[in-house]
Amino acid sequence: MAENQADRVQPSAAFLRRRRRVGTIMHGVLLAAGSVSVFVTAGIVYILAKESLTFFQEVSIVEFLTGTRWTPLFASKNFGILPLLSATLTVTFVALAVAIPGGTLVAIYLSEFAPPRLREVIKPVLELLEGIPTVVYGYFALLFVTPLLQLVLPGLFGFNLLSPGLVMGIMILPYVTSVSEDAMRAVPQRLREGAYALGYNRFQTAVRVVMPGALSGITAAYVLGMSRAIGETMVVAIAAGQMAKLTFNPMDAAATIPAYIVQVAIGDVAHGTIEYQTIFAAGALLFVITLTFNVIGFVLRRRYREIY
Amino acid sequence: MVATPHTPDRERDQGFTRLIRRAKRQDMIFLACGFAVLAMASLTLLSLIVGLAVQGASWVDWQFFTSFPSRKPEEAGIVSAWVGSTLVMVVTAFLALPLGVGAGLYLEEYAPQNWVTDIIEINTTNLAGVPSIIYGLLALGLFLFTFGMGQWILVAGLVLALLILPVVIVATRESLRAIPDSVREGAHALGADKWQVVRLYLLPAARPGILTGLIVGMSRAIGETAPVITIGALTFIAFLPAAPIDGTFPYLNFEWLTSAFTVMPIQMFNWISRPQSGFHELAAAAGLVLLVMTLLMNGLAIYIRYRLRKAPSAE
Repeated sequence: MAENQADRVQPSAAFLRRRRRVGTIMHGVLLAAGSVSVFVTAGIVYILAKESLTFFQEVSIVEFLTGTRWTPLFASKNFGILPLLSATLTVTFVALAVAIPGGTLVAIYLSEFAPPRLREVIKPVLELLEGIPTVVYGYFALLFVTPLLQLVLPGLFGFNLLSPGLVMGIMILPYVTSVSEDAMRAVPQRLREGAYALGYNRFQTAVRVVMPGALSGITAAYVLGMSRAIGETMVVAIAAGQMAKLTFNPMDAAATIPAYIVQVAIGDVAHGTIEYQTIFAAGALLFVITLTFNVIGFVLRRRYREIY
Repeated sequence: MVATPHTPDRERDQGFTRLIRRAKRQDMIFLACGFAVLAMASLTLLSLIVGLAVQGASWVDWQFFTSFPSRKPEEAGIVSAWVGSTLVMVVTAFLALPLGVGAGLYLEEYAPQNWVTDIIEINTTNLAGVPSIIYGLLALGLFLFTFGMGQWILVAGLVLALLILPVVIVATRESLRAIPDSVREGAHALGADKWQVVRLYLLPAARPGILTGLIVGMSRAIGETAPVITIGALTFIAFLPAAPIDGTFPYLNFEWLTSAFTVMPIQMFNWISRPQSGFHELAAAAGLVLLVMTLLMNGLAIYIRYRLRKAPSAE
């Protein structure tokens, strides 16, 4: 090799200098792109905090969090968020009552029972379902499911919490399924083989070995599904009604936090008014709740990744 | 085990047989349950989609695609909505692709192991879980009232780009992680510097994966209503934005970026909220078009990924 040194093409100093400069610039550009997400979070926190703080100068935070009447758009204004919160929780509860048992069963079935070829088909279909626009689910809730439910429950209103809750359950079921299935698949095969060797059948293996092994991941699926249901907007904005009402009865019509934000945003509420600030205060509460659940879910998911 | 006489042995065998039979039965029952739930969920969704198609299909015709919204259902159409959606998607893609890929590259290839990186990582994960209505509040409070922007196509595209940013970032990182280190080491050994490795080797190899992520993100963005509705995307738009291409130099016209607009999901939402059943059928038709669009995009993404998995990156 040494005798060939003279033939080697040496990059010119100018080329190397230019390359170094381009490298430095690109490093900076990529770092900037990477920090955009931090600015987005900062922007969200800033705008929610700023408008809420103005709001809380007019309304005490205690009244906001404990008041049982929410009538900011009426002549006599009350600013208690509990009615919106109760409706949000009721819808979420209905949705989870569908998505948790359904999602867990389907996940166990897919991970432990289904033949591989069926799983190959089902997984992409689940992904496809996650892509259906939420406004379409809202249409289902208002114009298909509610009329159907009214056949069974004659007293049901046109707007109610039950129908959007059920539809939302179907909507987040694929998500709960795929997160829990991922967690179950991450349980090492040798644990299953050990269980079979001890005489467990597949059901016992699934329930006594795989599920405990995947517990943190499955819990993460529930928590993240819950956070989605709480923040889901269009289904409830379309099908749950617009009147704030303190209720835990799924048969009632009541506005949820996201539905209220949409209701105000599509109306003509002027910037800087107290009505305008209410959507930021309500949004801030929503943000805090979903963030809490997301952080719990994040920690749980990371834990199951660490174990195996 | 000690040798046992004949009879207890047979009894024990029968006991085992019973146990085994019971265990198998239990398995079968659960198998049936799991399959039943799966089938029920699929059937429910299928019937909803078929119902939507039955309601809306007869309205989907040429006139539907070329007419503006109207007070009379039989004259109404989605031309302003699909043009608006298309233009918003153009903005979203132009913003989300460089930002998402840049962030993914930074986190995967450049970022040092320190607290700044940790913050960016955790932050990206959490952003993915922020409800979309919150992005709507961000657009309303920050872009409209702090930065003084208007109810523009640009603002909608920007918000949706921020919304799908985590999807593009995650897709970029996963496809970068799938490239073996030998590619990087080989390129460095040939004298390439970091950026050359990224530009000449990593980006081409990661392209299909990035594309998949972008398509999935775009299909989510096109169906999103909440982040756009808060900036007051007017629902009754009976005009089209200025054409992006015109006859005079420089042939590109950017006036459309600051035009008022409506998009498909908002048009659909508007029609759902009206009491007349004619509009409900229009909503079904719009929903059908929207559904077909998102399913096609998602299907394309899944197909690309499937092809990718079948032929591992040989190049």
